[in-house]
Amino acid sequence: MSLSQKSHQPESNGNPVQQLFHSTYALTNKCVQCGYCLPVCPTYDSMGKESASPRGRINLVRLASEGKIDIQENLKNPIDLCLGCRACEVACPVNVPYGHILEFAKQAIEESQKEKERAVFGERMKRLSLMKLFPYPERLRAIGNLVWLYQKSGVAKFVRKTKVIHRISEPFANLENVLPSLESPGKRYKWGTVISAKGQKKSRVAFFAGCVMDALMYRTNRLTIELLTSVGCEVVMPQNQTCCGALHAHQGLLEQAKALAKANIEAFEKSEADFYVNNAGGCGAILREYDHLLMEDQHWKERAARFVNRSRDISEILMQYGPLSYRKERRGVLIYQDSCHLRYVQGVYDEPRHLLRSIPGADVVEWEDSGSCCGSGGIYNMLNYEESIKILDKKMEKVKAMGATTIVTANPGCLLQMRLGAERLGLSNHMQAVHIVDVLAEACGFE
Amino acid sequence: MDQKVLEEIRKIIPNDRILLQLQDRYSYSFDASFGEYLPDIVIQPEHAEEISRLVKLANRYLIPVYPRGAATSLSGGPLPVEGGMVLDMSRLNKKLIIDRENLLAIVSPGVITADIHRKAEEAGLFYPPDPSSSHVSTIGGNLLENSSGPRGLKYGTTKEYVIGLEVVTPTGDMIRTGGKTVKNVTGYDLTRLIVGSEGTLGIVTEAILRLIPKPQARGTLLAAFDRLVDSGHAITNILSSGILPAAMELMDNACMRAVENFQPCGLPLHAEALIIVEVDGHPIAVAEEISQCETLCLQMGATTIRVAQDERERQEIWKARKMVSPAITQMGPTKISEDATVPRSKIPDMMERLKQIREKYQLNLVVFGHAGDGNLHPNIITDKRNLAEMKRVEEAVSEIFKAAIELGGTLSGEHGIGTLKAPYMEMELGEIGLAMMKKIKQAWDPNNILNPGKIFPKPGQTKVVLTE
Repeated sequence: MSLSQKSHQPESNGNPVQQLFHSTYALTNKCVQCGYCLPVCPTYDSMGKESASPRGRINLVRLASEGKIDIQENLKNPIDLCLGCRACEVACPVNVPYGHILEFAKQAIEESQKEKERAVFGERMKRLSLMKLFPYPERLRAIGNLVWLYQKSGVAKFVRKTKVIHRISEPFANLENVLPSLESPGKRYKWGTVISAKGQKKSRVAFFAGCVMDALMYRTNRLTIELLTSVGCEVVMPQNQTCCGALHAHQGLLEQAKALAKANIEAFEKSEADFYVNNAGGCGAILREYDHLLMEDQHWKERAARFVNRSRDISEILMQYGPLSYRKERRGVLIYQDSCHLRYVQGVYDEPRHLLRSIPGADVVEWEDSGSCCGSGGIYNMLNYEESIKILDKKMEKVKAMGATTIVTANPGCLLQMRLGAERLGLSNHMQAVHIVDVLAEACGFE
Repeated sequence: MDQKVLEEIRKIIPNDRILLQLQDRYSYSFDASFGEYLPDIVIQPEHAEEISRLVKLANRYLIPVYPRGAATSLSGGPLPVEGGMVLDMSRLNKKLIIDRENLLAIVSPGVITADIHRKAEEAGLFYPPDPSSSHVSTIGGNLLENSSGPRGLKYGTTKEYVIGLEVVTPTGDMIRTGGKTVKNVTGYDLTRLIVGSEGTLGIVTEAILRLIPKPQARGTLLAAFDRLVDSGHAITNILSSGILPAAMELMDNACMRAVENFQPCGLPLHAEALIIVEVDGHPIAVAEEISQCETLCLQMGATTIRVAQDERERQEIWKARKMVSPAITQMGPTKISEDATVPRSKIPDMMERLKQIREKYQLNLVVFGHAGDGNLHPNIITDKRNLAEMKRVEEAVSEIFKAAIELGGTLSGEHGIGTLKAPYMEMELGEIGLAMMKKIKQAWDPNNILNPGKIFPKPGQTKVVLTE
């Protein structure tokens, strides 16, 4: 037998292929192609072919880095169709860093796209919002305020009735439909403020507001702070904090992600807090990987490592400093849908489950599908709407069979997706999707 | 692919189950062994009739056909070495019926083996074959490779549990072999011929599997020995004392070190070898047997013994064994995993030969495996980019096979021959033995359509080649 496998570097120079080779070849070679990742991959399950599996994608990245297939023509589509949930990393027996391979692949796709100047409309929109919107909290806040106004003013009813948005784009229409109703912007905590702990002060924590959470779900952010102070945490809202950069990294805009990471590290270092707390699994995951993101810069790598050490999900802090003082019972069946990045990247599994079970009267049912991605995948559901819906609908059939009345999530993307799921089942009257903070706060009697 | 052929294929299979794009074809170019071979087309059949029509068409146009399950093969079984058509069998997975009265499972080939385990256990039954990839691999792949795992010692391998098949022959006809009865002596045993044929004699489209009652209890122990030869004697003494354990696993010192480096499990690193023994059956018998095993290990000079007191401790003991594969891949990017098997009395001799091979070729060679049935897994950890070392690996692999055969063993206990071991077939079977097998292949598959390039060596080929 002889091998057709070539393992030397392609001869192209200084281009995305060569970049990809340098960034990923040692990583993709770690894959032993055992296939242990296949059963946990949501897109392999829904699409049913090897190129939609982690093993297939890793192999394609390697082939592209060897110059055997074209980055745009052959690699882009399979990579775009990955949710980035990273369930495969936990299933992998040899610890292939799939998430990093994915990011480098996205970067190569982005670079080669720029090179070929093929900016179609959708791509331009994506880049525009990632570069011009998410890094600027005030712009997002402005949108959030507008949404509130829009919901209060009756325009929303008009839009829903006439289905104006549906004519523009179905995914955007669905997003519009499931956005939570916002509270008055006047209730937001101002950045730069310090909120005192109730009772004895046990710790000083800095709160990472998150751009989407801050803009659209600031009620949840406010309740997060109330929960924190109720267990004895003094909460700082660091000035100049910004978007975590996860969406940028996931879309291959690594340079932008790095800039955001540095800004956040600087902002949080000034807070002098013991922990940096966030309430969005997707943000938390990249916050905890800033050391990897900045690994090439020795100075920043060390600062990032300190940042990573202090980063926590809200559920971890509540477990550490709790128990919470509950005032109200909870009725109905609750199920918890893991945020992939909270479970697989941050390794937070027990804490949210434990917190939910501690609510008086709560009937929390564990289900086998909790760890499988809902299809939200950052902005995957916007970019790959139909594939995302297939994954969602399959999950919702199982949710329905559980008789759940409340689906609890720990990330804004998952939350909106699960709301959409309930809506698609026609069950949005009997079934609510909520952030874990909202459930806990309600049980504690916070309004 | 020729347009005319493609049009005919489209009459059989809808477009959404035909994969032609380069990225898709490359995604079916590999398995868990070695090498990369680009097929011309990948087809995802959902019915046996589709496969029958495709194979007939392949015979008309002389297109090689490569059935593929989950591609977890360690011997190259599904590799499309001559291009042609890959049949992705994973969509043929609709049937999984447990027949409690007859103690049978009737399954489609694309069903994942672990799903059969689970369904059978829900009915209080048991399907014993347990390849370590069973949560990924398809039952069709397991059947054609006749794969097995630790439980092979007590319960036998896959072939012991297959009593009936529906098969598409290499010329595209559909036949049934065996049936639903455990006893069946009507004519040649074609079921056993096809099981383990590595996809060269037929494509299984349905299988009837035998189930047995689920054992009620398990007992597990781990024992470490300062001298490897003592662990060998402990194994043979247990087996000759009237106890037949469900599993007997062995790890050498290099494996233990790798595991401890990877994820500390508290293994006794001073020891030369470690064995794990598991017995199963009635709770009272299990308790008695495991304590007897403990005594026998102590008599043979075991320095550390741990008997699991509960399920958690049992999982801990098995964790050490399960960590071996991931741990050793941390030592280098390329792993050559062999499964040469010897009569169990020859295990100490085989271990000695492996030690000599390791020293002679200066390779990172570690040994673990199913010691109870003589099925060892010598693994060479290397880097395929290091061509000089790969040449030494080729030599070492040849010597491992030679040693196994000289000790009265075989090239492969459970992984199959595929591409990597084909050059050594004559060494084990002799010229005539191999010729008889070839005659069977020629009679069944006159056009050499099904999985060509496997099992049989190419003319003049006597050694594995891992480099270009």
